[in-house]
Amino acid sequence: MKHARVIHQGHVQDAIEDEGRLLLANGSRVALDAVQWLPPLQPTQRPRTILALGLNYADHAKELEFKAPEEPLVFLKGQSALIGHRQNTVRPAGVQFMHYECELAVVIGRSAKGVKRDDAYDFIAGYSVANDYAIRDYLENWYRPNLRVKNRPTCTPLGPWLVDAADVANPMALALQTNVNGKVTQSGNTRDMIFDVPFLIEYFSSFMTLHSGDLILTGTPDGVVDCQPSDEVVTSIEGIGELVNWIANENN
Amino acid sequence: MSATPYLPAGTVYGTLLNFPREWDAWEGPMEAPPYKAAPLAPVLYIKTANTWSTSGADIALPGHVPQVEIGATIALVFGENVPPRIETPVWNAMNYVAHWVLLNDLSVPHASFFRPPVKFKCLDGFLGIGQPRARQPGDDPSQFRVEVRVNKQRVQTLDFSQLRRAADQLVADVREFQALEAGDVLMLGCDVCPDGKRPLAHVGDVIEISAPGFVPLTNSLVAA
Repeated sequence: MKHARVIHQGHVQDAIEDEGRLLLANGSRVALDAVQWLPPLQPTQRPRTILALGLNYADHAKELEFKAPEEPLVFLKGQSALIGHRQNTVRPAGVQFMHYECELAVVIGRSAKGVKRDDAYDFIAGYSVANDYAIRDYLENWYRPNLRVKNRPTCTPLGPWLVDAADVANPMALALQTNVNGKVTQSGNTRDMIFDVPFLIEYFSSFMTLHSGDLILTGTPDGVVDCQPSDEVVTSIEGIGELVNWIANENN
Repeated sequence: MSATPYLPAGTVYGTLLNFPREWDAWEGPMEAPPYKAAPLAPVLYIKTANTWSTSGADIALPGHVPQVEIGATIALVFGENVPPRIETPVWNAMNYVAHWVLLNDLSVPHASFFRPPVKFKCLDGFLGIGQPRARQPGDDPSQFRVEVRVNKQRVQTLDFSQLRRAADQLVADVREFQALEAGDVLMLGCDVCPDGKRPLAHVGDVIEISAPGFVPLTNSLVAA
Protein backbone atom coordinates (compact mmCIF):
# COMPACT_ATOMS: atom_id res chain seq x y z
CA MET A 1 0.00 0.00 0.00
CA LYS A 2 1.11 3.56 -0.69
CA HIS A 3 0.46 6.00 2.14
CA ALA A 4 0.37 9.78 1.93
CA ARG A 5 -0.27 12.66 4.26
CA VAL A 6 -2.02 15.61 2.75
CA ILE A 7 -3.94 18.79 3.42
CA HIS A 8 -7.36 18.74 1.79
CA GLN A 9 -9.79 21.59 2.27
CA GLY A 10 -7.73 22.86 5.17
CA HIS A 11 -7.50 19.58 7.05
CA VAL A 12 -4.46 17.36 7.50
CA GLN A 13 -5.40 13.81 6.60
CA ASP A 14 -3.82 10.45 6.01
CA ALA A 15 -4.51 9.00 2.60
CA ILE A 16 -3.72 5.99 0.49
CA GLU A 17 -3.23 5.63 -3.23
CA ASP A 18 -6.28 4.16 -4.91
CA GLU A 19 -6.21 3.57 -8.67
CA GLY A 20 -4.54 6.85 -9.50
CA ARG A 21 -6.53 8.84 -6.95
CA LEU A 22 -6.23 9.52 -3.26
CA LEU A 23 -8.54 7.82 -0.78
CA LEU A 24 -8.62 10.15 2.20
CA ALA A 25 -9.10 9.02 5.79
CA ASN A 26 -12.51 10.73 5.77
CA GLY A 27 -13.61 8.38 2.97
CA SER A 28 -13.58 10.78 0.05
CA ARG A 29 -11.66 10.16 -3.15
CA VAL A 30 -9.86 13.10 -4.68
CA ALA A 31 -7.46 13.75 -7.53
CA LEU A 32 -3.73 13.70 -6.83
CA ASP A 33 -3.52 17.41 -7.58
CA ALA A 34 -6.44 18.36 -5.33
CA VAL A 35 -4.33 18.31 -2.19
CA GLN A 36 -1.26 19.87 -0.68
CA TRP A 37 1.25 17.10 -0.04
CA LEU A 38 3.09 16.76 3.25
CA PRO A 39 5.96 14.38 3.95
CA PRO A 40 4.31 10.92 4.16
CA LEU A 41 5.11 10.46 7.83
CA GLN A 42 3.04 10.06 10.93
CA PRO A 43 3.82 12.54 13.73
CA THR A 44 6.19 11.15 16.34
CA GLN A 45 6.14 11.69 20.08
CA ARG A 46 9.76 12.89 20.04
CA PRO A 47 11.43 14.77 17.22
CA ARG A 48 12.34 12.17 14.66
CA THR A 49 15.99 11.37 13.97
CA ILE A 50 16.90 12.00 10.34
CA LEU A 51 20.14 10.31 9.36
CA ALA A 52 21.57 10.96 5.92
CA LEU A 53 24.45 9.37 4.09
CA GLY A 54 27.12 11.08 2.08
CA LEU A 55 29.29 9.38 -0.52
CA ASN A 56 27.35 6.13 -0.38
CA TYR A 57 27.58 5.31 -4.09
CA ALA A 58 31.00 4.53 -5.46
CA ASP A 59 30.47 6.62 -8.61
CA HIS A 60 29.33 9.68 -6.64
CA ALA A 61 32.28 9.40 -4.27
CA LYS A 62 34.53 9.41 -7.32
CA GLU A 63 32.72 12.37 -8.82
CA LEU A 64 33.29 14.35 -5.66
CA GLU A 65 36.99 13.49 -5.66
CA PHE A 66 36.82 11.56 -2.44
CA LYS A 67 38.00 8.09 -1.72
CA ALA A 68 35.08 5.82 -0.94
CA PRO A 69 34.62 5.91 2.84
CA GLU A 70 35.64 2.98 5.01
CA GLU A 71 32.65 3.53 7.24
CA PRO A 72 29.42 5.39 6.56
CA LEU A 73 29.71 9.15 6.28
CA VAL A 74 26.58 10.20 8.11
CA PHE A 75 25.10 13.53 8.99
CA LEU A 76 21.88 14.63 10.67
CA LYS A 77 19.16 17.09 9.86
CA GLY A 78 16.17 18.50 11.70
CA GLN A 79 12.53 17.91 10.82
CA SER A 80 12.21 21.51 9.67
CA ALA A 81 14.25 20.67 6.57
CA LEU A 82 11.47 18.39 5.24
CA ILE A 83 8.73 19.36 2.82
CA GLY A 84 6.29 17.28 0.77
CA HIS A 85 5.72 16.46 -2.88
CA ARG A 86 4.95 19.29 -5.33
CA GLN A 87 6.38 22.07 -3.18
CA ASN A 88 8.97 24.77 -3.79
CA THR A 89 12.56 24.59 -2.64
CA VAL A 90 14.38 27.85 -2.14
CA ARG A 91 17.62 28.61 -3.95
CA PRO A 92 19.46 31.26 -1.92
CA ALA A 93 20.38 34.42 -3.75
CA GLY A 94 23.91 34.60 -5.10
CA VAL A 95 24.89 30.92 -4.90
CA GLN A 96 26.68 29.15 -7.75
CA PHE A 97 25.97 25.46 -7.20
CA MET A 98 22.82 23.97 -5.75
CA HIS A 99 22.13 20.36 -6.64
CA TYR A 100 19.49 17.72 -5.97
CA GLU A 101 20.28 14.27 -4.59
CA CYS A 102 17.81 11.49 -5.36
CA GLU A 103 17.85 9.07 -2.42
CA LEU A 104 16.01 6.01 -1.19
CA ALA A 105 14.51 6.96 2.18
CA VAL A 106 14.06 4.23 4.77
CA VAL A 107 11.40 4.75 7.43
CA ILE A 108 11.98 2.81 10.64
CA GLY A 109 8.97 0.84 11.90
CA ARG A 110 9.92 -0.09 15.45
CA SER A 111 12.64 0.53 18.00
CA ALA A 112 15.95 -0.93 16.89
CA LYS A 113 19.04 -1.38 19.06
CA GLY A 114 21.83 -3.85 18.39
CA VAL A 115 20.12 -5.21 15.30
CA LYS A 116 22.04 -7.66 13.14
CA ARG A 117 21.95 -7.16 9.41
CA ASP A 118 20.10 -10.42 8.82
CA ASP A 119 17.22 -9.09 10.93
CA ALA A 120 17.37 -5.50 9.70
CA TYR A 121 14.42 -5.66 7.30
CA ASP A 122 12.12 -6.52 10.23
CA PHE A 123 12.62 -3.00 11.54
CA ILE A 124 11.61 -1.14 8.38
CA ALA A 125 8.10 0.28 7.97
CA GLY A 126 8.56 1.35 4.40
CA TYR A 127 10.32 3.43 1.81
CA SER A 128 9.98 6.82 0.23
CA VAL A 129 11.87 9.09 -2.15
CA ALA A 130 13.98 11.91 -0.73
CA ASN A 131 15.62 14.76 -2.56
CA ASP A 132 18.45 15.87 -0.30
CA TYR A 133 19.44 19.19 -1.86
CA ALA A 134 22.90 20.61 -1.16
CA ILE A 135 24.15 24.16 -1.58
CA ARG A 136 27.80 23.51 -2.26
CA ASP A 137 28.82 27.16 -1.92
CA TYR A 138 28.29 26.79 1.81
CA LEU A 139 30.46 23.72 2.35
CA GLU A 140 33.02 24.13 5.11
CA ASN A 141 35.36 21.47 6.44
CA TRP A 142 33.89 21.47 9.95
CA TYR A 143 31.46 18.65 10.58
CA ARG A 144 31.22 18.42 6.79
CA PRO A 145 28.66 18.39 5.27
CA ASN A 146 27.73 21.19 7.62
CA LEU A 147 24.19 22.14 8.56
CA ARG A 148 24.26 25.31 6.48
CA VAL A 149 24.56 23.02 3.44
CA LYS A 150 22.12 20.33 4.51
CA ASN A 151 19.62 21.62 7.08
CA ARG A 152 17.92 24.40 5.19
CA PRO A 153 14.13 24.78 5.28
CA THR A 154 12.48 23.40 2.12
CA CYS A 155 15.69 21.66 1.03
CA THR A 156 14.65 18.07 1.75
CA PRO A 157 11.52 17.14 -0.21
CA LEU A 158 10.15 13.71 0.76
CA GLY A 159 7.38 11.68 -0.84
CA PRO A 160 4.95 11.47 -2.40
CA TRP A 161 4.37 8.06 -0.84
CA LEU A 162 5.44 5.89 2.02
CA VAL A 163 5.39 2.45 0.39
CA ASP A 164 4.94 -0.44 2.80
CA ALA A 165 8.09 -2.52 3.17
CA ALA A 166 6.06 -5.64 2.37
CA ASP A 167 5.40 -4.24 -1.10
CA VAL A 168 9.08 -3.76 -1.96
CA ALA A 169 10.55 -7.13 -2.87
CA ASN A 170 14.17 -6.03 -3.02
CA PRO A 171 15.01 -2.46 -1.99
CA MET A 172 18.61 -3.09 -3.01
CA ALA A 173 17.79 -3.35 -6.71
CA LEU A 174 15.76 -0.26 -7.56
CA ALA A 175 16.48 2.11 -10.41
CA LEU A 176 16.85 5.77 -9.40
CA GLN A 177 16.51 8.68 -11.77
CA THR A 178 16.38 12.45 -11.68
CA ASN A 179 14.87 14.58 -14.43
CA VAL A 180 15.39 18.32 -14.61
CA ASN A 181 12.85 20.01 -16.88
CA GLY A 182 12.15 16.66 -18.50
CA LYS A 183 15.75 15.75 -19.21
CA VAL A 184 17.43 12.82 -17.46
CA THR A 185 20.41 14.13 -15.47
CA GLN A 186 20.99 11.36 -12.96
CA SER A 187 20.47 7.64 -13.10
CA GLY A 188 21.64 4.82 -10.92
CA ASN A 189 20.54 1.78 -8.99
CA THR A 190 20.32 1.10 -5.27
CA ARG A 191 22.37 -2.06 -5.81
CA ASP A 192 25.42 0.22 -6.14
CA MET A 193 25.27 1.50 -2.58
CA ILE A 194 28.58 1.11 -0.76
CA PHE A 195 26.78 0.47 2.54
CA ASP A 196 23.45 -1.22 1.91
CA VAL A 197 20.29 -0.77 3.97
CA PRO A 198 20.76 -3.82 6.25
CA PHE A 199 24.34 -2.75 6.96
CA LEU A 200 23.22 0.78 7.80
CA ILE A 201 20.60 -0.42 10.26
CA GLU A 202 23.13 -2.69 11.94
CA TYR A 203 25.70 0.12 12.02
CA PHE A 204 23.45 2.84 13.43
CA SER A 205 21.67 0.58 15.88
CA SER A 206 25.06 -0.54 17.23
CA PHE A 207 25.44 2.81 19.02
CA MET A 208 22.03 4.48 18.97
CA THR A 209 18.44 3.34 19.29
CA LEU A 210 16.40 3.99 16.18
CA HIS A 211 12.73 4.65 16.81
CA SER A 212 9.57 4.25 14.79
CA GLY A 213 9.36 7.11 12.32
CA ASP A 214 13.09 7.77 12.18
CA LEU A 215 14.52 8.21 8.70
CA ILE A 216 17.62 7.06 6.91
CA LEU A 217 18.38 8.84 3.63
CA THR A 218 20.74 6.44 1.94
CA GLY A 219 22.82 8.64 -0.35
CA THR A 220 22.82 9.46 -4.04
CA PRO A 221 24.57 8.17 -7.17
CA ASP A 222 26.53 10.03 -9.83
CA GLY A 223 25.03 12.86 -11.85
CA VAL A 224 24.27 15.96 -9.82
CA VAL A 225 23.85 19.23 -11.69
CA ASP A 226 23.10 22.81 -10.74
CA CYS A 227 19.43 23.78 -10.45
CA GLN A 228 18.06 27.22 -11.19
CA PRO A 229 14.87 29.00 -10.16
CA SER A 230 11.78 27.71 -11.99
CA ASP A 231 13.43 24.35 -12.73
CA GLU A 232 11.22 21.32 -12.25
CA VAL A 233 13.17 18.55 -10.54
CA VAL A 234 11.66 15.06 -10.47
CA THR A 235 13.47 12.47 -8.40
CA SER A 236 12.08 8.99 -8.89
CA ILE A 237 12.74 5.50 -7.64
CA GLU A 238 11.34 2.40 -9.28
CA GLY A 239 8.26 1.19 -7.42
CA ILE A 240 8.54 3.88 -4.74
CA GLY A 241 7.42 7.05 -6.45
CA GLU A 242 8.11 10.19 -8.44
CA LEU A 243 8.82 13.19 -6.24
CA VAL A 244 8.17 16.50 -8.00
CA ASN A 245 9.78 19.69 -6.77
CA TRP A 246 10.32 23.20 -8.10
CA ILE A 247 13.18 25.59 -7.46
CA ALA A 248 12.15 29.06 -6.33
CA ASN A 249 13.93 32.32 -5.73
CA GLU A 250 14.56 33.34 -2.15
CA ASN A 251 12.25 36.32 -2.26
CA ASN A 252 9.18 34.75 -3.85
CA MET B 1 7.63 23.32 34.27
CA SER B 2 8.21 21.98 37.77
CA ALA B 3 7.83 18.37 38.83
CA THR B 4 7.55 16.65 35.46
CA PRO B 5 11.01 16.18 34.01
CA TYR B 6 11.44 18.29 30.94
CA LEU B 7 12.34 16.84 27.58
CA PRO B 8 12.60 19.05 24.51
CA ALA B 9 9.69 19.34 22.10
CA GLY B 10 12.00 20.14 19.20
CA THR B 11 15.45 19.49 17.82
CA VAL B 12 18.50 20.04 20.02
CA TYR B 13 21.35 21.83 18.26
CA GLY B 14 24.86 22.01 19.69
CA THR B 15 27.38 24.73 18.85
CA LEU B 16 31.09 24.09 18.40
CA LEU B 17 33.96 26.56 18.83
CA ASN B 18 31.99 29.36 20.45
CA PHE B 19 34.26 29.86 23.46
CA PRO B 20 37.49 31.83 22.96
CA ARG B 21 39.67 29.26 24.67
CA GLU B 22 38.14 26.46 22.64
CA TRP B 23 38.74 28.46 19.47
CA ASP B 24 42.32 29.24 20.48
CA ALA B 25 43.02 25.57 21.14
CA TRP B 26 41.99 24.82 17.54
CA GLU B 27 43.37 27.89 15.83
CA GLY B 28 46.65 26.21 14.87
CA PRO B 29 45.08 23.30 12.96
CA MET B 30 42.43 25.47 11.34
CA GLU B 31 44.48 26.43 8.29
CA ALA B 32 45.88 22.91 7.80
CA PRO B 33 44.12 19.97 6.11
CA PRO B 34 41.49 18.75 6.38
CA TYR B 35 40.00 22.04 7.63
CA LYS B 36 42.02 24.42 5.41
CA ALA B 37 40.25 27.47 6.85
CA ALA B 38 38.55 28.72 9.98
CA PRO B 39 34.79 28.15 9.92
CA LEU B 40 32.70 31.11 8.78
CA ALA B 41 29.20 30.00 9.72
CA PRO B 42 28.29 28.62 13.16
CA VAL B 43 29.42 24.98 13.39
CA LEU B 44 26.41 23.03 14.61
CA TYR B 45 25.55 19.44 15.42
CA ILE B 46 22.40 17.65 16.53
CA LYS B 47 21.75 15.70 19.72
CA THR B 48 19.07 13.25 18.62
CA ALA B 49 16.15 12.30 20.86
CA ASN B 50 17.70 8.95 21.78
CA THR B 51 20.45 10.87 23.62
CA TRP B 52 18.14 12.63 26.03
CA SER B 53 18.50 11.91 29.76
CA THR B 54 16.62 13.73 32.49
CA SER B 55 18.40 15.09 35.54
CA GLY B 56 19.09 12.34 38.04
CA ALA B 57 19.11 9.63 35.40
CA ASP B 58 22.00 7.22 35.08
CA ILE B 59 23.84 7.41 31.77
CA ALA B 60 25.25 4.11 30.54
CA LEU B 61 28.66 4.00 28.90
CA PRO B 62 29.09 1.10 26.45
CA GLY B 63 32.03 -1.20 27.08
CA HIS B 64 34.08 0.32 24.27
CA VAL B 65 33.78 3.80 25.80
CA PRO B 66 36.04 3.96 28.88
CA GLN B 67 35.64 7.71 29.28
CA VAL B 68 33.56 10.59 28.00
CA GLU B 69 34.08 14.31 27.49
CA ILE B 70 31.76 16.57 29.44
CA GLY B 71 30.22 19.38 27.43
CA ALA B 72 28.56 21.62 29.98
CA THR B 73 26.47 24.47 28.63
CA ILE B 74 23.36 26.58 28.83
CA ALA B 75 20.97 26.38 25.91
CA LEU B 76 18.16 28.56 24.64
CA VAL B 77 14.70 26.99 24.42
CA PHE B 78 12.60 28.76 21.82
CA GLY B 79 8.99 29.52 22.67
CA GLU B 80 8.02 30.45 19.15
CA ASN B 81 9.36 30.13 15.64
CA VAL B 82 12.21 32.58 15.15
CA PRO B 83 11.47 34.77 12.13
CA PRO B 84 14.22 35.68 9.67
CA ARG B 85 16.07 38.72 10.86
CA ILE B 86 16.02 40.46 7.50
CA GLU B 87 12.22 40.24 7.26
CA THR B 88 11.54 41.48 10.77
CA PRO B 89 11.74 45.22 11.50
CA VAL B 90 12.28 44.84 15.24
CA TRP B 91 14.22 41.63 15.66
CA ASN B 92 15.47 40.72 19.10
CA ALA B 93 16.58 37.13 19.55
CA MET B 94 15.69 37.12 23.22
CA ASN B 95 12.03 37.76 22.42
CA TYR B 96 11.81 34.26 20.98
CA VAL B 97 13.52 32.54 23.93
CA ALA B 98 11.08 31.10 26.44
CA HIS B 99 13.50 29.24 28.72
CA TRP B 100 17.12 28.56 29.49
CA VAL B 101 18.27 25.06 30.26
CA LEU B 102 21.46 23.46 31.60
CA LEU B 103 22.79 20.65 29.43
CA ASN B 104 25.46 18.01 29.83
CA ASP B 105 26.51 17.17 26.28
CA LEU B 106 28.58 14.00 26.54
CA SER B 107 30.86 12.85 23.75
CA VAL B 108 33.11 9.93 23.05
CA PRO B 109 36.50 11.69 22.89
CA HIS B 110 37.42 12.41 19.28
CA ALA B 111 40.34 14.31 17.80
CA SER B 112 38.82 15.43 14.49
CA PHE B 113 36.01 17.86 13.76
CA PHE B 114 36.11 17.17 10.02
CA ARG B 115 33.16 14.80 9.77
CA PRO B 116 29.82 15.06 11.58
CA PRO B 117 30.20 13.56 15.07
CA VAL B 118 27.17 11.26 15.03
CA LYS B 119 28.90 8.15 16.38
CA PHE B 120 30.63 10.23 19.06
CA LYS B 121 27.68 12.30 20.22
CA CYS B 122 24.48 10.39 19.53
CA LEU B 123 24.85 7.41 21.83
CA ASP B 124 21.78 6.58 23.88
CA GLY B 125 21.49 8.82 26.92
CA PHE B 126 24.40 11.09 26.03
CA LEU B 127 22.67 14.40 26.77
CA GLY B 128 21.80 15.31 30.34
CA ILE B 129 18.96 17.84 30.38
CA GLY B 130 18.17 20.06 33.35
CA GLN B 131 14.98 21.76 34.48
CA PRO B 132 14.34 24.79 32.27
CA ARG B 133 14.30 28.21 33.85
CA ALA B 134 11.84 30.70 32.39
CA ARG B 135 13.47 33.70 30.78
CA GLN B 136 12.91 36.84 32.81
CA PRO B 137 13.01 40.37 31.46
CA GLY B 138 16.55 41.59 31.94
CA ASP B 139 18.14 38.14 31.74
CA ASP B 140 21.52 38.59 30.11
CA PRO B 141 23.11 35.36 28.86
CA SER B 142 26.55 37.00 28.89
CA GLN B 143 26.24 37.01 32.69
CA PHE B 144 25.81 33.24 32.92
CA ARG B 145 28.40 31.30 34.88
CA VAL B 146 28.42 27.52 35.03
CA GLU B 147 30.37 25.18 37.26
CA VAL B 148 31.08 21.54 36.54
CA ARG B 149 31.80 19.08 39.31
CA VAL B 150 32.81 15.45 39.07
CA ASN B 151 32.31 13.59 42.35
CA LYS B 152 31.89 16.99 44.05
CA GLN B 153 35.29 18.22 42.81
CA ARG B 154 35.09 21.31 40.64
CA VAL B 155 36.69 20.57 37.27
CA GLN B 156 35.55 23.49 35.13
CA THR B 157 34.06 26.96 35.30
CA LEU B 158 32.41 28.48 32.23
CA ASP B 159 32.17 32.22 31.68
CA PHE B 160 29.70 33.17 28.96
CA SER B 161 30.75 36.83 28.78
CA GLN B 162 33.25 36.44 25.94
CA LEU B 163 31.49 34.10 23.52
CA ARG B 164 32.65 34.47 19.93
CA ARG B 165 29.00 34.78 19.01
CA ALA B 166 26.93 36.16 21.85
CA ALA B 167 23.49 34.58 22.20
CA ASP B 168 21.64 37.06 19.98
CA GLN B 169 24.34 36.95 17.30
CA LEU B 170 24.35 33.16 17.38
CA VAL B 171 20.59 33.01 16.91
CA ALA B 172 20.78 35.48 14.03
CA ASP B 173 23.58 33.63 12.27
CA VAL B 174 21.96 30.22 12.69
CA ARG B 175 18.57 31.50 11.59
CA GLU B 176 20.20 32.88 8.46
CA PHE B 177 20.43 29.33 7.10
CA GLN B 178 18.04 27.11 9.03
CA ALA B 179 14.77 27.17 10.93
CA LEU B 180 14.64 27.63 14.69
CA GLU B 181 11.17 26.55 15.70
CA ALA B 182 9.11 26.62 18.87
CA GLY B 183 10.53 23.90 21.11
CA ASP B 184 13.93 23.79 19.42
CA VAL B 185 16.97 24.07 21.68
CA LEU B 186 20.24 25.81 20.80
CA MET B 187 23.38 25.44 22.92
CA LEU B 188 25.59 28.46 23.45
CA GLY B 189 28.68 26.26 23.29
CA CYS B 190 30.85 24.01 25.44
CA ASP B 191 34.20 25.34 26.63
CA VAL B 192 37.47 23.53 27.18
CA CYS B 193 39.61 23.59 30.32
CA PRO B 194 42.82 25.65 30.55
CA ASP B 195 44.70 22.68 29.06
CA GLY B 196 42.62 22.99 25.89
CA LYS B 197 40.67 19.79 26.53
CA ARG B 198 37.19 19.11 27.84
CA PRO B 199 36.81 17.58 31.29
CA LEU B 200 36.60 13.80 31.31
CA ALA B 201 34.46 11.39 33.31
CA HIS B 202 34.33 7.63 33.77
CA VAL B 203 31.96 4.91 34.90
CA GLY B 204 31.11 5.50 38.54
CA ASP B 205 31.46 9.28 38.35
CA VAL B 206 28.70 11.69 39.27
CA ILE B 207 28.63 14.82 37.12
CA GLU B 208 26.96 17.94 38.48
CA ILE B 209 26.45 21.05 36.39
CA SER B 210 25.24 24.12 38.22
CA ALA B 211 24.60 27.79 37.61
CA PRO B 212 23.13 30.56 39.76
CA GLY B 213 19.36 30.53 39.44
CA PHE B 214 19.20 27.02 37.97
CA VAL B 215 18.36 23.70 39.59
CA PRO B 216 21.62 21.72 39.32
CA LEU B 217 21.78 19.01 36.66
CA THR B 218 23.15 15.72 37.96
CA ASN B 219 23.84 12.50 36.11
CA SER B 220 25.76 9.37 37.12
CA LEU B 221 27.79 7.34 34.68
CA VAL B 222 27.22 3.61 34.88
CA ALA B 223 28.41 0.61 32.91
CA ALA B 224 26.04 -0.49 30.16
